Amino acid sequence: MTPPDYEYLRKLLKDHSGLDLSTDKQYLIESRLLPLARKAGLVDIGDLVQKMKNGSISLIAQVVEAMTTNETFFFRDKIPFDHFREKIMPEMLQTRAGRKSLRIWCAAGSTGQEPYSLAICLKEMGAALSGWRVEIVATDLSNEVLEKSRAGIYSQFEVQRGLPIQMLVKYFKQTGELWQINPDIRAMVQHRQLNLLHDFSQLGRFDVIFCRNVLIYFDQDTKTSIFGRLARTVEPDGFLVLGAAETVVGLTEAFKPIADRRGLYRPEGERAAPARPASSLAVLPRLAMAGN
Amino acid sequence: MKTCLVVDDSGVTRKIARRILEELGFDVIEAEDGEQALEACKRAFPEAILLDWNMPVMDGYEFMVQLRGMPGGDAPIVVFCTTENGVDHISRALAAGANEYIMKPFDRDIVAAKFQEVGLVQATLPEAV
Repeated sequence: MTPPDYEYLRKLLKDHSGLDLSTDKQYLIESRLLPLARKAGLVDIGDLVQKMKNGSISLIAQVVEAMTTNETFFFRDKIPFDHFREKIMPEMLQTRAGRKSLRIWCAAGSTGQEPYSLAICLKEMGAALSGWRVEIVATDLSNEVLEKSRAGIYSQFEVQRGLPIQMLVKYFKQTGELWQINPDIRAMVQHRQLNLLHDFSQLGRFDVIFCRNVLIYFDQDTKTSIFGRLARTVEPDGFLVLGAAETVVGLTEAFKPIADRRGLYRPEGERAAPARPASSLAVLPRLAMAGN
Repeated sequence: MKTCLVVDDSGVTRKIARRILEELGFDVIEAEDGEQALEACKRAFPEAILLDWNMPVMDGYEFMVQLRGMPGGDAPIVVFCTTENGVDHISRALAAGANEYIMKPFDRDIVAAKFQEVGLVQATLPEAV
């Protein structure tokens, strides 16, 4: 790939998706875009760039999608799932003991690894949740990504990143080189298409929201707006979980970090000022693609 | 520094594994089959063993059974690393005392993830921005 081609792609991605690649991500571009170029009958990245310059809108959309779909894996970063097992669930078992129901939202559900990791955590709790009604709602902007999540079928490579081997054997069925998560775990997760830039109040209220590695793609004002709306979607004594590289500091007063629990937040009593969906930012429609 | 014994009859595989494990901070020793691996363990137990299944002289499964029968032989963490990727093999290995299981082909990310799984490597997280 020539330096001008790289610069062209960098600028295009920045303009279309907010994705800000540093100057040394040639390998990332090659690994994501070469298969796409080949599929389109092109020889290399240079050809691909030429075709985009000639104005192939559909190709541009495919390139942006290929580059902004974050890779994800089961139990990504570990710590959020420790929070879930050690802090969130013990507290929920007490505070929701009366109604015995719990709603969890994976706001960047992507290809399913996060919602299914949570489902596995709940399954491992066994009898403690007997008689409970637990909903896990996984949303993502991309229907294609949601389809993969619904199917729950993963490559050998995907199931080896983050998933202990005992859990693989226990919760997946092997079909050749592929592994499908068991129907009882799949049934615990509902899938919905959703753009975080738009109103999401129709989803109802949640006790726990996982919103990891998606807000990093938005600008500051959009982040603040989304935090405001998340705060009105989560129960006052509920939890918000952010990604390892994300924070609310300087962005919102609507959530406060929990001491010694990195990435875990609680809504504040004083909610942020009402914030409408950031419709002016709809020019960045691909953003909510990324994430977990 | 922790030591990892790499047991594989393929020199290429041992070389790739050595490079990955050294990057992860291990001292690496090598064995070409189960018998050589047992000899190495009689001298000193490594903290970790990356173990192929199919090898001449003594295969990985037989080696692990003998290892687990040795006094102190339950200490090393055994991670299988093999093309045997069927549930039957995986279950058999776990029942006989394997701690983790890598299905070949493998890369640095998979080895790092599996070694984190069994506490041999610390996870690193990005700084908050």
